[in-house]
Amino acid sequence: MSTSKNAKKIEWQLQCPMPKLDFEVITLGHGSGGLLTHRLLESGVFELLKNEQLDRRHDGALLHLQGPTAFTTDSFVISPIFFPGGNIGELAVNGTVNDLAMCGAIPRFLSLSFIIEEGLRMEEFWDIVVAIKFAAEAAGVKIVTGDTKVVERGKGDKIFVNTTGIGTLHPRAKIDLGRVGVGDKIIVSGNVATHGIAIMSVREGLEFETTIESDTQPLHHLVTALLDRFGPDVHLLRDPTRGGLGTVLTEIAREVGQGIELHQRDLPIDEQVRGACEILGLDPLYVANEGIFIGIVAEGVAEEVVAELRGLPGGAEAAIIGEVVAAHPRQVILTSAIGGKRVVNMLVGEQLPRIC
Amino acid sequence: MKYLSEYRDPELAQRYLREIEKTVTRPWTIMEVCGGQTHSLVKNGILNLLPPEVNMVHGPGCPVCVTPLNLIDKAVYLAEEKDVILCSYGDMLRVPGSEKSLLEAKANGADIRILYSPLEAVKIAQENPDREVVFFAVGFETTAPANALSVVHAQRLGLDNYAILASHVLVPPAIEALLSDEECLVEGFLAAGHVCTIMGLEEYFPLVDRFGVPIVVTGFEPVDILQGILMVVQQLERGEAKLENQYARMVREGGNPKARETIYEVFDITDRMWRGMDVIPQSGYGVCQAYQKFDAQRKFSVDIPEAPENASCIAGDIMKGLKKPFHCPNFGTHCKPENPLGAPMVSSEGACAAYYHFSDRIHQIEKQSA
Repeated sequence: MSTSKNAKKIEWQLQCPMPKLDFEVITLGHGSGGLLTHRLLESGVFELLKNEQLDRRHDGALLHLQGPTAFTTDSFVISPIFFPGGNIGELAVNGTVNDLAMCGAIPRFLSLSFIIEEGLRMEEFWDIVVAIKFAAEAAGVKIVTGDTKVVERGKGDKIFVNTTGIGTLHPRAKIDLGRVGVGDKIIVSGNVATHGIAIMSVREGLEFETTIESDTQPLHHLVTALLDRFGPDVHLLRDPTRGGLGTVLTEIAREVGQGIELHQRDLPIDEQVRGACEILGLDPLYVANEGIFIGIVAEGVAEEVVAELRGLPGGAEAAIIGEVVAAHPRQVILTSAIGGKRVVNMLVGEQLPRIC
Repeated sequence: MKYLSEYRDPELAQRYLREIEKTVTRPWTIMEVCGGQTHSLVKNGILNLLPPEVNMVHGPGCPVCVTPLNLIDKAVYLAEEKDVILCSYGDMLRVPGSEKSLLEAKANGADIRILYSPLEAVKIAQENPDREVVFFAVGFETTAPANALSVVHAQRLGLDNYAILASHVLVPPAIEALLSDEECLVEGFLAAGHVCTIMGLEEYFPLVDRFGVPIVVTGFEPVDILQGILMVVQQLERGEAKLENQYARMVREGGNPKARETIYEVFDITDRMWRGMDVIPQSGYGVCQAYQKFDAQRKFSVDIPEAPENASCIAGDIMKGLKKPFHCPNFGTHCKPENPLGAPMVSSEGACAAYYHFSDRIHQIEKQSA
């Protein structure tokens, strides 16, 4: 994974070199809406994200949509803005694309807004926009409208990004909390806790044998493949980002009024990530994820769903991790590796590293 | 991390469980001293797997839980009023002070930073020569060497802007205090393995002899804990009281002399207040005379009146093994992690937090109170 992601980054830089500019740092003036804003955007940002909608330079985009439409928004305030395996730009595209995918929608259009803290280096901004361009292409979405604001130093954290997305519902999607029933199997599409640990290891300056990279990726390819083949047998999809798997599954159990049983043994997790969790005293069930989703599917197709996912890029570690049960309604119970049982609860606040 | 998997092996765990069931003939009350062990017991579902005769009670080995209220108030004061950069291990932040927690002080704008190592705090002091940096040096014997080293390091670098707010406590005096209490129900102990990696076994022999209780130095993985419990039960059933070492893969009889040297270079043994338990004589470390300019308490002459503890919190009784979190009328109703009455509900090693997060009974309690 490491080499391919590095290679990807180098290729991006070669394909989209930063143009020569008469400024190196973004200042308040670049958000004024005047000449400097114009120079910032015309410097190549518009060129990078080019499409017929954006090229019209209207105040908003005119879209032609048919059928049921999904609509979602998300803001990205991650620190550090560059991390192993990606940057805030990719995250902003993939995050919203994945929220649409979780509704069973095929992502089509995104809006893109930046709130930049003055002092951000143009070089960094460029790398972020380049990442956005390629992430949008990979996800098959167009960025059709946007905004750029600059705030005083100390009033932001380098750069915040907001994306709002629109997608059209997959014709076979019937994703609804109400369809989750006893006997359904719970699957995850890949290793848990990877993204959160990648970010934390940079923040805390931890080094491992090889760098743990974020698994941020668009998930709608996987979701579309599942919906094409299994349609209404896919009952619910969720991406367990903040709060991690534990929090999201507890939410689901409470919302549907059923119990959930999890098997610790079956949780896919990278060995290095597991080790990092041990050292930091973090429970992987509560570490943030980016490049995976939880699927709740009809019992009869669960094995095939996992086999299908494992055959697709980004789904190699997919696994069945538990099931929906009638016992202990509204509770998630985990069978520990040694066969003991315990409750999985929602995360309170942030996970804080422990003393010893 | 592969070396851990054998200590989480389900078959081995089952074998120890069956052995415990076979050995036990009557009820026994056993205390695991360390909060890390408490969490392992609950998180791995071990409490529900043990036979009913084995009654585990949870000891005072959660450094965050026993850090006095007054010291938290002082830390908050230093961060808010003296404009210091206050550095702390993460799980200290949510613990309620008399008015607020460090997390609340941080939200109000105080410069409070979460670190993994006190040496990072020294680095921060180096990088900010115009600011005072204080490290909240909390912990048992385990974290004392690193905290002491930070002071030695700061001395060597000639730093005048680094100090520690020391709240170090020691395990053997706490066991002694517990056993000296006539209410004490504990018949055997799992001692904290990590502490003994530093201190060795020496201090525990007199306790075993004087009080006639089995003590087994135990690790933290499920198989470690089950083996430790089995060893205590075997001794109890045979009427023996010995010191045994289950955690021999980490704990040498002599401990780590080099680490102890560093501790005694910087710290003196002093009386210490244990939150919820009162003052225990000779039960902690304080910064010694030679390094007193690194002692935040002296440096800033912080004088904050002792605030009364929340009377409705039974943390003390829980840490003495007299009660369990479920015996507290406020557990899960008026006391929750997001709004705690006492430290054990928020510390990652606190018994109440373990029960709250991992036990299914909390849902019944919440339902009844709703």
